[in-house]
Amino acid sequence: MTLVARRTPGPAGVPTRPDSALILGSGPVVIGQAAEFDYAGTQACRALREEGVRTILLNSNPATIMTDPGVADAVYLEPLTLEVATRVIERERPDGLLAGLGGQTALNLAVELARAGVLERYGVRMLGTPLEAIEMAEDRELFRSLLTRIGQPFAESEIIEGVTAAERTTAADRALARIGLPAIVRPAFTLGGSGGGIVTTESGYRERVRAGLRASPIGQVMVERYLSGWQEIEYEVMRDRDDTCIAVCSMENVDPLGVHTGDSIVIAPVQTLPDQVHQRLRSAALAIIRALGVEGGCNVQFALSPDSKDYAVIEVNPRVSRSSALASKATGYPIARVAAQIAIGRTLAEIPNAITGTTVAAFEPALDYVVVKLPRFPFDKFPRANRTLGSQMKATGEVMAIDRTFGAALNKALRGLEQAGAGFLAEDPGWADELAVLASGRLEAGERSARLVEFLAPSDSRLWRLLALLRRGASDREIVTATGISPWFVAEMSRLIRLEGQLRAAGTQGGQIPVELLVAAKRAAFGDRDIATLTGLAPAEVAARRAEIGLRPGYAMVDTCAAEFAAATPYFYSTYAASGSPPEAGPVLRPGALVIGSGPVRIGQGIEFDYCAVQAADALRRSGWSAVMVNSNPETVSTDFDASTRLYFEPLDAESVLDIVVAETVPGEPLLSAMLAFGGQTPLGLAGALEAAGVPLPGLDPEIIERAEERTRFAGIVARLGIPQPEGGMATSIEEALAVADRVGYPVLVRPSYVIGGLAIDTCFGPEDVVRQLAAATIVSEDRPVRIDAYLEGLEVDVDAVSDGQVVLVPGLIEHVERAGVHSGDSIGVFPPQRIGAADQALLVAAMTRVTLAIGARGLVNAQFIVRDDGVYLIEVNPRASRTVPFISKVTGVPMVELATRVALGASLAELGWRGGLLDPPPLVAVKAPVFSTNKLLGVDPALGPGMQSTGEVIGIHADPDVAMAKALLAARSLPPVPTPAADVALLSIADRDKERLLELALALAAVGYRFAATQGTAARLRAAGHAVEEVARLGPESAGSPGMVDLIRSGRVALVVNTPSPSSGPIRDAAEIRHSAIAEGVLCLTSVDTAVAVARSLDPALWDRILDVRSLADWQALVRS
Amino acid sequence: MTTLSIDHRPAQDGGRSASRMHRLPVPADSVVDPRIGSAGLALLALEDGTVFAGHAFGAPVASGGDLVVNTSQTGYQEVCTDPSYAGQLVVMTYPLIGNHGRLAHDDQSTRPWLRGLIVSHATAAVLDDARQLVHLLRERGVPAICGLDTRALARHLRATGSQRAVITAPWELDETAAVSAAVAVPRWEDQDFVGQVSVADPYEVGDDGPLVAVVDYGLKRNIVRALVARGMRVRVLPHTATGADVLTPEIAGIVLSPGPGDPARLDGPVALARAVIADGRPMLGICLGHQIVARAAGAETRRLRFGHHGANHPVRDLGTGTVQVTAQNHEVEVVGESLPAASGFVVSQRNLNDGSVEGLRHENERIETVQYHPEGSPGPLDALEVFDRFAQRLG
Repeated sequence: MTLVARRTPGPAGVPTRPDSALILGSGPVVIGQAAEFDYAGTQACRALREEGVRTILLNSNPATIMTDPGVADAVYLEPLTLEVATRVIERERPDGLLAGLGGQTALNLAVELARAGVLERYGVRMLGTPLEAIEMAEDRELFRSLLTRIGQPFAESEIIEGVTAAERTTAADRALARIGLPAIVRPAFTLGGSGGGIVTTESGYRERVRAGLRASPIGQVMVERYLSGWQEIEYEVMRDRDDTCIAVCSMENVDPLGVHTGDSIVIAPVQTLPDQVHQRLRSAALAIIRALGVEGGCNVQFALSPDSKDYAVIEVNPRVSRSSALASKATGYPIARVAAQIAIGRTLAEIPNAITGTTVAAFEPALDYVVVKLPRFPFDKFPRANRTLGSQMKATGEVMAIDRTFGAALNKALRGLEQAGAGFLAEDPGWADELAVLASGRLEAGERSARLVEFLAPSDSRLWRLLALLRRGASDREIVTATGISPWFVAEMSRLIRLEGQLRAAGTQGGQIPVELLVAAKRAAFGDRDIATLTGLAPAEVAARRAEIGLRPGYAMVDTCAAEFAAATPYFYSTYAASGSPPEAGPVLRPGALVIGSGPVRIGQGIEFDYCAVQAADALRRSGWSAVMVNSNPETVSTDFDASTRLYFEPLDAESVLDIVVAETVPGEPLLSAMLAFGGQTPLGLAGALEAAGVPLPGLDPEIIERAEERTRFAGIVARLGIPQPEGGMATSIEEALAVADRVGYPVLVRPSYVIGGLAIDTCFGPEDVVRQLAAATIVSEDRPVRIDAYLEGLEVDVDAVSDGQVVLVPGLIEHVERAGVHSGDSIGVFPPQRIGAADQALLVAAMTRVTLAIGARGLVNAQFIVRDDGVYLIEVNPRASRTVPFISKVTGVPMVELATRVALGASLAELGWRGGLLDPPPLVAVKAPVFSTNKLLGVDPALGPGMQSTGEVIGIHADPDVAMAKALLAARSLPPVPTPAADVALLSIADRDKERLLELALALAAVGYRFAATQGTAARLRAAGHAVEEVARLGPESAGSPGMVDLIRSGRVALVVNTPSPSSGPIRDAAEIRHSAIAEGVLCLTSVDTAVAVARSLDPALWDRILDVRSLADWQALVRS
Repeated sequence: MTTLSIDHRPAQDGGRSASRMHRLPVPADSVVDPRIGSAGLALLALEDGTVFAGHAFGAPVASGGDLVVNTSQTGYQEVCTDPSYAGQLVVMTYPLIGNHGRLAHDDQSTRPWLRGLIVSHATAAVLDDARQLVHLLRERGVPAICGLDTRALARHLRATGSQRAVITAPWELDETAAVSAAVAVPRWEDQDFVGQVSVADPYEVGDDGPLVAVVDYGLKRNIVRALVARGMRVRVLPHTATGADVLTPEIAGIVLSPGPGDPARLDGPVALARAVIADGRPMLGICLGHQIVARAAGAETRRLRFGHHGANHPVRDLGTGTVQVTAQNHEVEVVGESLPAASGFVVSQRNLNDGSVEGLRHENERIETVQYHPEGSPGPLDALEVFDRFAQRLG
């Protein structure tokens, strides 16, 4: 540890380069703050280390690459709070603080550190954009006066804030009078536009302002005139201390203003702007960062009037962002890396352009292709959520595609979404009636346009609705009028629809698809599957026809300079516009393998899998192999051009992956191998097609996958090994399902084959649940049987192992806090187990070893077990990287992905220095806590169940399990506030089956000063135990003479809601409105009594000082070794 | 869909031809917006024998010239009407050209001067068919070709350096004849382009302020706009103007405009520049104007391997250290080392990519020259202060 800060002397006036820097990460993945900050932080750490700066990283998210040993010099996997950050600064005494790469979380924490005087006390300098600039950009009032000073227009707006409710009401009245409706309400200092929205009615306005004031950490919202129908244009700009300014990338949102840019279809560079207009906006963006004094990256958003004559500055983010990650991947320009270099005093003119290697960072990338980004929404998991889009972001991730035309890039992006029912041709059957009416031509003009507006209102499905209408003959102009989308985009989509029509027509004529038509379809990036669907052929026939006529994609380089300079960059995209052109590079050197990434971040398949893919590529390269990466997600580390030997930015469908394999293989030589185990469930879906094409699949092949995932075979294997498993059976129809359920007894878990994140898994408590679930989702058929299992209550354990086919290494076990029935991704996990005895652990590891060997995987295997008094039951095995691999790798120090990769290449664990069996647990406890984004998704019931809901996770590490738990919950923001006289009520409504733990919960809450309000049954139990309780009516207002729960929550007196739903199934659970109102009011709402007890016990003041016992990962691991 | 096919015979080039690659016919609708329409297949043939096939969509004529590659992502209309592209076939690397049509106000001169336009995809403005860029090309007899892999072409030219080429008329698909035609295209260095693009008679713009003489060697409108916006009156003179023409008493300063061609041919303008230097009045040279002043100062100029044509070139001011992103469009560079020390001129700005000379400053006289285009159009407007400085020098 450096105790005395050393400083390198520099020329007068030029800040000295820091010797060490604290880098703040962004914490858990939530909507609005996802993998992009792992990418940014990783780039920053690497850049600073190359510059010889000692890097100290603070981030609570264990699933990240940035927190891996070797990325930073010291990694603190600790909560991102003022107190913890202060302690880290005390320990490490960094010269500088780099806060611009960890999203809004890091920026807010840096502001807190500065305001608390911590930076001054320890002589820590803000690196990069100065604090004043950040405050000026983030404070609406300061920012508006800055814009006025430099003559930049902005939408008319009013600030609402105030100490008292009366002041706030007055301000809200004034704003409404000045701005009028419709208006956009934007809370200050929130991420992803949390709490904001477009309001059209006065009641909506009042409600949104109230919620926005609560959501804003500084209690400020801005009400802004809604520039309806204006276009949204973004610029990613950079500035250094020499005042050199560049615009790295321009982006045009296809969705007009009003839809959050994170939820918008975005295209880069700008498409519909004449140079004069583009330059005007670019110059404005540069003027703004000059005036702010940004040193690093900055995002500037403009609204542009439909006639392009007027514009308004919408927002400025003085940091790297999701948009800058997109811009980096779209251009090849590493914004975060350069921002970090600028932060330590380097200038754009001296930083080399890492892509060309011969030019410098002070230039603006020239694209010779088009980039389209589509948002990935979580509504497949939350079908009942409110799906309209507005100023609050709802997407969990995004997919990017590159091609030479908008239509082709759009088609590729659609192929990359990896979402059932989200291809170019997809239509929701629920639209059929409305589409029929709209297509009939029978509507009177006024009504028709009104219905078009309604049908095409901003929502996650607007793109597909729009295509459906074009398909039925709606005119471009009608679509433009109804949506405000720029006519050019609609016209280009129309061209795709016309081509689709030609393909359909060719299909009805039978015979071969004409060559020109196939060329046209491929140039427009229609997938073989879609072409097959349209022409009535099998996908394999389309592929065969392509092969027959020699129609293959070309691969072009992303080189930042449109081929002006020779570039050595290994970053490629496919395009049929380059079909037949001389290749830009030959196949990679052998040995080599393809690592398939995990695509867009969605619930159930997040950043953990990017971690695994990056580690696998790294392991390949360290073993002397070429690592070829394919992925479609611009937010990730894996799509960084230096994360692999060669990167392909492509959809993760079989066609794209096979084309890459062929392009990377010298004709006549063996095909490039593909590694399937590291990209979540996505690559597993490609296994069959790859095997059929003869692609070597080291470690994991379709046979292994089927043994683990085909439920009947799996059940047979497990039974043969004598491992207990819940009773169950397969069903191919609802009748069969009911019969199985009857046999094993309710409740039962119903799960389809081949899923990740528990899609459509649910608990059924009676026959009616089974019928409803299977019928509604039409998820059972001859081809797609479902498995019905008895639901076993017990302790759930997550196991990750590495097998070489002979020996199975189990680095550690994770015990769940919540009893079985809560999805493992939503459970709090404790490593090592605290409640499971040595005998049961041994039993479990023995079972894990046997089943792993029986399945035959060479590499990573994950399984879930339930430990009960009557035995250890095996629930599920996945022969691939799991969500918990990064967590276990970090806390045990076992490089699981590296071992798995090397084992797949042929090494044995013994050769690599590892033995089989369970490793001795270290003398520390690590707790993994889930983090949810349900507060951003109106209408989603946060009640935990077998379907996964969380978007991210955090870790807490300590020698004492209670401290580790408290740390994790603190980092997850899952601890309620310390009770204050104004808000000291814990509102409890506990289902009967959970009441055994109620008293434990109440005791812990009472100890820290909570008073209780409870529903009847819960209240009776509490009173019997001697607690004072305010009884509330279960539902609705004032029923039975007591205040309603919802009213109580809205009163502001409630600081915590614990509501465990009574057993029932289906999407609408008991008493959902309680949970919804808790979320709406920003009150922590817990729905599992097990979570609640853990939370309540973590409130013990005795733990608070000990939470501040922070150490770097290496120091914790030194503890492991000692 | 129009069904098109083409006979892909290899060119007589000893096997270097990109056209020897197996290529399938490109359907017209994939590469030309139906609002524009293909006039039929055509060839782009290079003097080294490389042949690309594509769809003709401009004027249905053949045309030849030097190929230049422009990497601007916006501003195709300004490129098409920039007189500096006279005699050249312009390859746009941005793959969608035509998206917003043409806005009359943005034209940089009275007509397109390039010999031909080569793009990946010819797209169209949607709402107003009258505004399509292609109308301008067709009316003015400029052919255009699309549907070829412009990146492959740009890479090829990066490897070979500048080349002459022809775009054939629609359905003229004889590759050998086309390559022969390319070889027969007059050399760029041998042609007088300035005389073709310059204005015939003087005219004045602006109502008030000091009068500035702008010699039109291939003037862009945005230069005049930039001067007038800074309170100058502008008198535009033809390229034949002499020192005596510009050094009349009412003239407060002189601007030598950009333009096409090789400055080594321009003895008259160089003499004019010498006269102005001797006179001591403020002078601003832009692009070709910069090269003319450099030659007047005794420096040499030479042709770049493939020119600078784009909107993203970083230029460092050697005095202040500031770097600006600039618009560039030139084939020729001033050889910095050849600038005589006694001339009084110093190199004031350099290109960060290749170190080439981007500006000169006279140590005693009020003279500044820039190789880039401070007027943008297309391109960044970061260096507009070049005009501010000129205005200040006028006093």
